[in-house]
Amino acid sequence: MAGGHVEGRVGGVGHLVVHGHSPVHRLAPEAKVVATFAFVICVALTPREQIWAFGVHAAVAISIVALAGVPTRVLLARLAVIIPFLTFAVLVPFVAGGEEVDVLGVGLSRDGLWGAWNVAAKASIGATASIILSATTSVPEILKALTRLRVPRVLVSIMSFMMRYLDLLVDQLGRMRTSMTARCHDPRWLWQAKPIASSAGALFVRSYERGERVHQAMLSRGFSGTMPDTEERATPGADWARAALPPVVALAALLSAVVL
Amino acid sequence: MYCERIAGVIGCHYVEGRPFDTESHRMIAMHAPDGFLEAPVALATAVIALVFVALALRVSGRELGDRQVPLAGIAAAFIFAAQMFNFPVAAGTTGHLMGGALAAILLGPWVGSLVVTVVVVVQALLFADGGLTALGYNVINMATVTAFGGWAVFRLLRRVMPRNAAGVMGATAIAALVSVVLSAAAFSVQWLFGASAEVPFDTVFGAMVGVHVLIGVGEAIISALAVGAVLAARPDLVTGASDLDAAQLSAERRVGRRTFVFGGLFVAVVFATVVSQFAVDNPDGLEKVAIDEGFIEAGRDHALDSSIFSDYATSGVGNETLSLAVAGVSGVLITLLVGLGLISAARQGRGRAGA
Repeated sequence: MAGGHVEGRVGGVGHLVVHGHSPVHRLAPEAKVVATFAFVICVALTPREQIWAFGVHAAVAISIVALAGVPTRVLLARLAVIIPFLTFAVLVPFVAGGEEVDVLGVGLSRDGLWGAWNVAAKASIGATASIILSATTSVPEILKALTRLRVPRVLVSIMSFMMRYLDLLVDQLGRMRTSMTARCHDPRWLWQAKPIASSAGALFVRSYERGERVHQAMLSRGFSGTMPDTEERATPGADWARAALPPVVALAALLSAVVL
Repeated sequence: MYCERIAGVIGCHYVEGRPFDTESHRMIAMHAPDGFLEAPVALATAVIALVFVALALRVSGRELGDRQVPLAGIAAAFIFAAQMFNFPVAAGTTGHLMGGALAAILLGPWVGSLVVTVVVVVQALLFADGGLTALGYNVINMATVTAFGGWAVFRLLRRVMPRNAAGVMGATAIAALVSVVLSAAAFSVQWLFGASAEVPFDTVFGAMVGVHVLIGVGEAIISALAVGAVLAARPDLVTGASDLDAAQLSAERRVGRRTFVFGGLFVAVVFATVVSQFAVDNPDGLEKVAIDEGFIEAGRDHALDSSIFSDYATSGVGNETLSLAVAGVSGVLITLLVGLGLISAARQGRGRAGA
């Protein structure tokens, strides 16, 4: 809790990547983005009754985690975002209707249990896939990948400005907080919301004006709206083939789960 | 209660050690993970979301010149950061700023919805916050419905509110509150069509909307004061107030009596009509039903076979007609407001182009 504030600032976008030179790190980013989506779609489509298929999906995800050398601690810490949904999943068997089964003397909804399992399995495997992507691919690489995948230019630019300013914004917030604390500001209750909100407004204006200046400086240096792609070469076919491996395994599991 | 988390950000201590990866709670509407709703709903909402994004790109392509792109990016970073900080709402649940209405009022609904869409996509792609296959409904609930619904309410209220900064702030507050409630209602309606478990619609709706009215109050305060602060420093950055000139903005900053009465009435009506239906007979939706322990004797197959509107609406809980009616009414209301937001946005765009 008392995370201290140097540590508190950490966690910006630069810290998502776990440094490494694994085959997963070296794959072309656009292949990784496509593969991640394909894999997660296969997982989401898998019928919940086929528990073994989720075993296959999980095995695929875990072996990529191992191959990429993402530490378990990092993985688990980032998986924490799905905890509330797991809490929800625990509640479902109690509130759902339908046929009941006895578990340790408590009547639980059979359908609710399946629902809980469904959300828990799909959410954790899906989240692991996104974590692998962001842990092995830097933000500029992902932006480049999105550009190459023909995501509209405006969206990619908004995204790149957002990522670029996120750390600055959080830093600015830290400085404003320090100066407010130095002036005896100690907000705790709802009626103290005003200084918080007005500093939010001030933060917005300051960031915007800074953004304006930076953007003009960029334009004067020949910025045309997109970052130049310095690598002209096309995505190597070998990368596509390697990236396709996990989704193909997941697809095979999905198809056999549906057919069987 | 509300401020503790946010206060931590600006106040003297960080509540969470690392705000970007040690989230402990989330509300269920926001950032739903993979598999939360059934595949057909995920697909349908993804298509709708794509259509909205394409439309927004087309329309804002005209407005979103080189100058606006950095502003949009900064707004996205701003909302991203704001969404990272949760505040406790009721026992065990927490909420966070959604920012859709705020973005729409600052940047206009088209660019605003794009900005929140970008935030939601980045959160799913990089932070595993929200599933990749859940992007369709997450984008609709958090970006499309909040931006266009909030914009519609904002434009409507601006007509009755005084034409000064206080009027803009009042309208912002109510629009932000309504946008959050609409988002919760939209989620409940989607749950109706594609629930991954057979939890009755009224349970979900009651719990979601009830909690989100509280979240909405926080959203309203923060949005209104933030818009007020931007108005004070750079009124040209607030698209929703572009019809006011400097003299009107600086004139008489008091909130008129009419504003208060109207706003209060509005909130009261929202509470009375929507929440009381459920909140009263289910003091705490999920909990109460949990105590009754699956009292629904529906005797049907699992949700995969029966994820149809009527089945869910009528599953158990005495008041089938009411449940269905509420589902219908909230569906219509969401569509109406989003449609209104679209029309209003289109009209404004044309007006500006003509001017």
